[in-house]
Amino acid sequence: MSSMVYDVIVIGGGPAGLAAACEAYDNGAQKVLVIERDKELGGILNQCIHNGFGLHYFKEELTGPEYAGRFIRLLRESASVEVKLDTMVLEIRERVVHCVNSREGYQMLEARSIVLAMGCRERTRGAIAIPGDRPAGIFTAGAAQRYVNMEGYMVGKRVVILGSGDIGLIMARRMTLEGAKVLACVELMPYSNGLNRNIVQCLQDYNIPLYLSHTITDIIGRERVEKVVVSKVDENRRPIPGSEMVFDCDTVLLSVGLIPENELTRSASIEIDRRTNGPVVYENMETSAPGVFACGNVVHVHDLVDFVTAESKRAGAAAARSALGHEASGAVMEVRNGSRVNYTVPQKIRRENVDKGVEIFFRANNVYRDTVIKVESGGQLLCQFKREHMAPGEMEKITVPKILLDKADGQCLTVSVEDQA
Amino acid sequence: MYDVAIIGCGIVGAATAYQLSRYQLKTVVLEAQNDAANGTTKANSAILHAGYDPEPGTLMARLNVEGVRMVKELCEKLDVERKETGSLVLAFSAEEMDTVRALCDRGIRNGVPGVRVLDREEVLAMEPNLNPQVVGALYAPSAAIVNPWDFCIALAETAVRNGVEVRLSSPVTAISRLPGGGYRLATPQGEVEARYVVNAAGVEADTVHAMAGGSGFTILPNRGEYYMMDKTQGGLVSTVVFQCPTKVGKGVLVAPTVHGNLIVGPNAEDVPDKGAVNNTAGALAFVREMAAKSVPGINYRDSIRNFAGIRAHSDHSDFIIEESAQAPGFINLAGIKSPGLSSAPAIGVMAVELLRSCGLQTAEKDRFIDRRRVVRFKELPPEEKERLIRENPLYGRVICRCETITEGEIVDAIHRPIVPRSIDGVKRRTTAGMGRCQGGFCGPRVHEILARELGVSLPKILMDEEGTYILTGPTKEGR
Repeated sequence: MSSMVYDVIVIGGGPAGLAAACEAYDNGAQKVLVIERDKELGGILNQCIHNGFGLHYFKEELTGPEYAGRFIRLLRESASVEVKLDTMVLEIRERVVHCVNSREGYQMLEARSIVLAMGCRERTRGAIAIPGDRPAGIFTAGAAQRYVNMEGYMVGKRVVILGSGDIGLIMARRMTLEGAKVLACVELMPYSNGLNRNIVQCLQDYNIPLYLSHTITDIIGRERVEKVVVSKVDENRRPIPGSEMVFDCDTVLLSVGLIPENELTRSASIEIDRRTNGPVVYENMETSAPGVFACGNVVHVHDLVDFVTAESKRAGAAAARSALGHEASGAVMEVRNGSRVNYTVPQKIRRENVDKGVEIFFRANNVYRDTVIKVESGGQLLCQFKREHMAPGEMEKITVPKILLDKADGQCLTVSVEDQA
Repeated sequence: MYDVAIIGCGIVGAATAYQLSRYQLKTVVLEAQNDAANGTTKANSAILHAGYDPEPGTLMARLNVEGVRMVKELCEKLDVERKETGSLVLAFSAEEMDTVRALCDRGIRNGVPGVRVLDREEVLAMEPNLNPQVVGALYAPSAAIVNPWDFCIALAETAVRNGVEVRLSSPVTAISRLPGGGYRLATPQGEVEARYVVNAAGVEADTVHAMAGGSGFTILPNRGEYYMMDKTQGGLVSTVVFQCPTKVGKGVLVAPTVHGNLIVGPNAEDVPDKGAVNNTAGALAFVREMAAKSVPGINYRDSIRNFAGIRAHSDHSDFIIEESAQAPGFINLAGIKSPGLSSAPAIGVMAVELLRSCGLQTAEKDRFIDRRRVVRFKELPPEEKERLIRENPLYGRVICRCETITEGEIVDAIHRPIVPRSIDGVKRRTTAGMGRCQGGFCGPRVHEILARELGVSLPKILMDEEGTYILTGPTKEGR
């Protein structure tokens, strides 16, 4: 069994891991390793062949593989960044990463710091207990996307999509372009969880109806899906008897949420935030385990890869500093969820460690118009930001400048959303 | 001409085939589905009952106690996952405590080892996550849990290694009597002639019996629905937790599985259709409500799968294990409801005795294979993992990340004596796809490996039974 010592080991070679690795290298980490379980770098971007990536970060529209390609090229230019493909991490103990692959067998690799960038997985039918038969033809949207975009096979001809998450919306358009008939997109909530631009470009442009406050209440078909029953739901999300609509279809795609993939994190006894299902992180993306950082969808599910990149660069830079012996320290300020706020990332801030300002990501718990985001500490308003429109499907980002942060006298920072006066 | 044709490759048919494979006989198993273990055997509580439940003197009582003893030895020899957890029957009232005492007495009369009544403190010390309103319980230390489908597959595979033929996708469509004795069985794959027939057709046992001109029992399909929970919930209980049986049934159980998950269910509902394994919102709500009475803290956000199975209830109170009154040499193993899984090995032995009494000559083989070993990569220590990967690099490629199943294990499973031709067939043999992402990631990868190993194109691979196609054709610019 081989063993090696690295400055930074990045677990996951998707957009988060790629950005973190590049940035760690740029910040002086000498030996950087990216461990990727798939046969190539890029993660889920490889199957996202549609465009719309990079508008914020590169100020141009790229496809998923193009976006990933830019970082892969950067990484390849960084001579001392090593990549292990087709390699699975089995566990992390202290700062030793245990992993296996076919070529090198079982390896124990020591790291001065670690970046967790494992991404997320899709929620399944089982998680939401959709009643009915269990035939073939029921896919998570991402699995269907892999079959269509990577393997070159169609998964169905007449499709109903449950959930209006972005992958579901993207797949509505993709399946339509490939000649399938998408009969409906059905959303349990009274609003969509996808980006507005995807509702317009993927549903409206193709006359695919979106049924808000509806859900699938039965799936019929012994071998392959034959029909689904869709019902309207009341304000408590319970199906309303008598509201049933039947769709003849052979395929159901599920786009009912993403769950950060934190089994490794949990097994390393790192603190998890129940709201994000990801690790609790500090301003520099360090987790509760010193020297272990996390970024991207493993921390919280993002809407845009551009934000993943920004967050991951922060993690990568901090991981490099940590590997070089600069430990972040100082008094800890907690970030609290005020009214209408579902979660925040980071959950903890060490002011001494903040350079110009701290970026706080969060999601509102419902759809709101004409609001103001308030950041308070110890009863004192530090700053506020106006918004015309907020929705749970659109992640919010605010930056609290260091000067204002230094004025805070409380031990916590509260982010809340209120109506504009 | 075969000596024996067994209809059905569920747990009862497989156990019978395994027992017959000890002898110098020509035996064939005809299975309607495209895989073994694909009916009730794969969709049940996976419990090896201690044996306090059945009325003393019944076949169920005798075969249950005998069967679970045999299961233990078989699982060791055939490398099937099994765990002795013990079981509890909870009482929540003085009246239920009376039931618990009565069950304890029955257990003693049935010869169940170690059964005893626990008081409240003892129960809660054993299972701290139970509803604190519990007043006492029956404890049966010999109850266990098992991997039911792999147990069936292991028996069937071993039978094949000992010379038994298993024909999949071969539903029997007609049975006629041969003039010189024996039967001709028609299947879509051709006809089979056999001197003796064993009817282990599960929920279809009455239909199959009728094909041979038999009558005397009717199968009354009864559905049970379940939740399978993530491993995060697997530690809530360490024993199989039953509720007091009522007129309606044995109540809802909460139990660990051999893979570390938590199983919750079932309800019991008579259904008109033997294939109605669909889940219903009503039954799932009932299961949640009933289970909360035993274990209040189950987090259903961590549900990973629902399923339903059909119990082969019959209009008889006991198992029906006998030669048909109308068809000589035709042995019925029918109405095998709970505790059928626990009793199956003993039913297999009894089937052989019945065949002998019908005139079957059984001479033992010189060499009988009774061992099987399966690689379970994730359970091995690092040095063993390293050694395996050096031997076969495919063990170094993890395909199913939720369950840590390697390509090596998947390829092994595909090349075992009963070849899985579907993604669920691989799942049953390896647990790839059985985890929290339910094959979202590994499904397409297992699909590719299956197609490669079987030498067929991707669209030929099924999800599970015949007709469960996954792909509908190439994309516009596909291959």
